[in-house]
Amino acid sequence: MKKVNWTVVLAGIAVGIAAVALTALGNPANMGFCIACFLRDIAGGMKFHSAGVVQYIRPEIAGLVLGAFAMSLITKEFRAKSGASPVTRFVLGVVIMIGALAFLGCPLRMIIRLGGGDLNALVGLAGFAAGIGVGVVFIKKGFALKRNYSMGGVEGYILPAFMAVLLLLAVLVPALFASSESGPGSMHAPIIASFAIALVCGALAQRARLCTAGGIRDTILFGDLKLLWGFLAIFAVVLAGNLFLGKFKLGFTGQPVAHNDHIWNFVGMFVVGWASALAGGCPLRQLILAGEGNGDSAITVFGMIAGAAISHNFGLAGTAKLVADGGGVGLNGRIALIACIAVCLIISLVNLPKAQKN
Amino acid sequence: MANIDARGLVCPMPAALTLKAIKSGEPKEIVVLADDPCALENITRLAETSGYRVSSTKDGDEYTITLKK
Repeated sequence: MKKVNWTVVLAGIAVGIAAVALTALGNPANMGFCIACFLRDIAGGMKFHSAGVVQYIRPEIAGLVLGAFAMSLITKEFRAKSGASPVTRFVLGVVIMIGALAFLGCPLRMIIRLGGGDLNALVGLAGFAAGIGVGVVFIKKGFALKRNYSMGGVEGYILPAFMAVLLLLAVLVPALFASSESGPGSMHAPIIASFAIALVCGALAQRARLCTAGGIRDTILFGDLKLLWGFLAIFAVVLAGNLFLGKFKLGFTGQPVAHNDHIWNFVGMFVVGWASALAGGCPLRQLILAGEGNGDSAITVFGMIAGAAISHNFGLAGTAKLVADGGGVGLNGRIALIACIAVCLIISLVNLPKAQKN
Repeated sequence: MANIDARGLVCPMPAALTLKAIKSGEPKEIVVLADDPCALENITRLAETSGYRVSSTKDGDEYTITLKK
């Protein structure tokens, strides 16, 4: 058995506890900590889309970014760097979000949903792993989104500053933003708790390089289980928390903010897995890297916010009802997911070393 | 001996390039230039599981990682 990396396990435990605690404090069930959902809520809060039930400036996002930012300053790992195919990364951010919102959750929420007994997330996990597997095939062939370069200091501060100002404005001038009166966007933990818990998780995730996609990717690529331990720790803590609180419910039906459209749950997370492998990390990891000064990840985060708006403005997101009740992924969403697969394939092929393209 | 310039590349690319070099015939020595702290950690783990001894030096933001059989 390979050596356990306890920093990653600790970060995973912290994220798991945070997910259970934030749910208990008011966040939607099985959604204590969902990067895709929270960026979508922020997009809604800024009126980039008009889905009235998912609009709220989530303090968790600012907390994660600023926690990573602070930790990277302490460890002297903060580096303002960018220039590695930024537009491609923006597109990958959009693709990741379209896939995640079809499934109704990022890979982190997928683990949290699994810990709550939602078997639809198991279908999502299969798709996610398959998507990463395809990404790894291209990485093994030499896929890379080119090199980044050192930038002036300001470049690295932009996303942390953006998130800090956004949160500050949401607290001081809430009338500027849309805020859901019903649905998931209306359900939230107190701002201070959300921010403080996420701040700690962001700092630990930076230290541990926690990445839900990286765990599966490195296992396939190198047989390196380091990051997978974080994935397993999150699952174990959320599972234990739900069992302890009596909130564990095993099955495909009756799950909070979920649908049982199996094929499209699989395809949605397949897209997320593939795009995350190409982008160098899951949505959580992109936030953390952006906090460390990586402008390419900041662009990916902005892409995810745009992707959330696109998903809701064009009816691509999954509907959180059983298929029998009209839920699942509609025609627009299905077409968009197929288009996202085509986009991932094109990005994978055009970024291979020249000798490999034929 | 193999030389890899992984500067400006982020995880997992530096380790993937190192793996490719290892698989290309197990050279006795591989020298990797990298500037991502993750690269140092990942390549160190990869080298150890592949039977290489690892040493590294840091100059500013750049790491020189040497793998030896």
